[in-house]
Amino acid sequence: MILAAPQTWQMALGFGLFVGIWYLTSAVLKLPRFEKIPDPLGVLIEWLSWNPIYGLSIFTPDYYKHIGYSIYRAFTAFVLAVALGVPLGLFMGWSPLFRRFTFPLVELIRPIPPLAWVPFAILLLPGTEWAVIFVTFIAAFFAMVLNSLLGARSIDPVYFRAAQCLGFRPWDVFIHVVVPGALPFVFTGLQLAMGLSWFALVAGEMIAGRYGLGFMIFEGYSLAQYRNIIIGMGTLGLLGYASSAGVRMLGRRMMIWRERQLGGGAE
Amino acid sequence: MADARSIGRIAVKGVGKLYQRPKQPPVQVLDNCSFEIEPAKLTVLMGASGCGKSTLAYMIAGYLSPDKGSMTIDDISIVGPGPDRIMVFQETALWPWMTVIENVIFGPRALGSMSDAEARSKANALLTKFGLIEFRDKYPGQLSGGMKRRAELAQALINSPKIMILDEPFRGLDVMTRELMQEYYVGLFEETRLTTLFITAELEEAIFLADRLLIMGGSPSRIVKAIEVDLPHPRTWEVLTSERYLEIKEEIMRLLYQDQEAELLAQ
Repeated sequence: MILAAPQTWQMALGFGLFVGIWYLTSAVLKLPRFEKIPDPLGVLIEWLSWNPIYGLSIFTPDYYKHIGYSIYRAFTAFVLAVALGVPLGLFMGWSPLFRRFTFPLVELIRPIPPLAWVPFAILLLPGTEWAVIFVTFIAAFFAMVLNSLLGARSIDPVYFRAAQCLGFRPWDVFIHVVVPGALPFVFTGLQLAMGLSWFALVAGEMIAGRYGLGFMIFEGYSLAQYRNIIIGMGTLGLLGYASSAGVRMLGRRMMIWRERQLGGGAE
Repeated sequence: MADARSIGRIAVKGVGKLYQRPKQPPVQVLDNCSFEIEPAKLTVLMGASGCGKSTLAYMIAGYLSPDKGSMTIDDISIVGPGPDRIMVFQETALWPWMTVIENVIFGPRALGSMSDAEARSKANALLTKFGLIEFRDKYPGQLSGGMKRRAELAQALINSPKIMILDEPFRGLDVMTRELMQEYYVGLFEETRLTTLFITAELEEAIFLADRLLIMGGSPSRIVKAIEVDLPHPRTWEVLTSERYLEIKEEIMRLLYQDQEAELLAQ
């Protein structure tokens, strides 16, 4: 009764099929172009080994050093992007004057792909560490600015009129109308920015890193330690998933009013 | 003359308003529009959709300024919105991110007009009166349409305004809720006797509520007729079957049809 099985079983089936096909193509059939792809069992054994052939497993300090560097960079960039991008975006959405000054500029800089900033960042900033963080920051920053701006502009004008009617000062309006009103969009921005951070981070680390999962993957490739590529990719998947879940949890806490609203009418 | 019933006299003299539209000829919405709203009376402004009722209301509330003519409250010109006039909007203007009680106390809190404890006790009294006390910690999205309207009335009344402006406040409610709200509202008005401008496009609602009825018509619009509605107080649904009610209704219908015929002939 597979069709009637609960969600966990369906999920397990999905995973099972994926790993099964992977195993089949790489270890059993050894299809052309697949012969260099490490098989899942080998990767798992390496990942969990006390004594890994290529030096990286959950029992080696180096593995955690890579993870630590990546998390540190991704979160520094993410936090900076939120701290600077949200206020900028909200102000742009709220004040037409400020928007006229800044929006065309933002629209011109935003399409520049984060990786195009790498040489610039290396020239501008001391060492490669900050260059990688900067590139990651750039990717997340514009997602935050744009979503905050849209959030502020999406607020029904009636809320501004009501606030004016009740005698709010501009600062009250900003704090109590603009900020909460834009939250749903800001929250979408947070999720996007988190994803973009990891995306740009790995690319940055491949080019300019000394440690980090991107570097680890690229080194695995350069040194033909192919299992490490897959370990790095899997680790990124897990970290990405965990950080997105964290952001979603934060969002739910910030917008209780919205949950309740969507949860049903009057009791 | 400082007693409660002598404040809130609104005088509108020769007001005109032209709307500029992008790439289209401008529209003269109002022209030479004059009327008075007497203190402690419920004045109903009636007219077809799109005749400029809301424009007039927004001008009295201070969101728009007239191109021609003057508007005064107790002989003082209207410049911008202020907490002496509270407007209840067509759409709900409760902040969805604040609970009912937070919505109600926000006006006094923003103005600093009373202490937090004072605002809370006043809000509790109002919410009890409006049958919303059990819902004070709910979010607006969890309330029914009628409850939202009552919460908005509480939000307005806590500020003790001189004048209430209600812009089609019961539009969009179902018929049952609407009739309940009208009866409820008329009771509330008779208790507070706050100078009120009530805007509606519904003839029955207009006559049922009004002490004085202003009919808008013409193109550009102006006040074509003012009718004293001398139906007995307190108003109940029985007045809708009285002879006097039918007389008034007929008189207004004739006026409205004349207007439409003139418009058809002009085309």
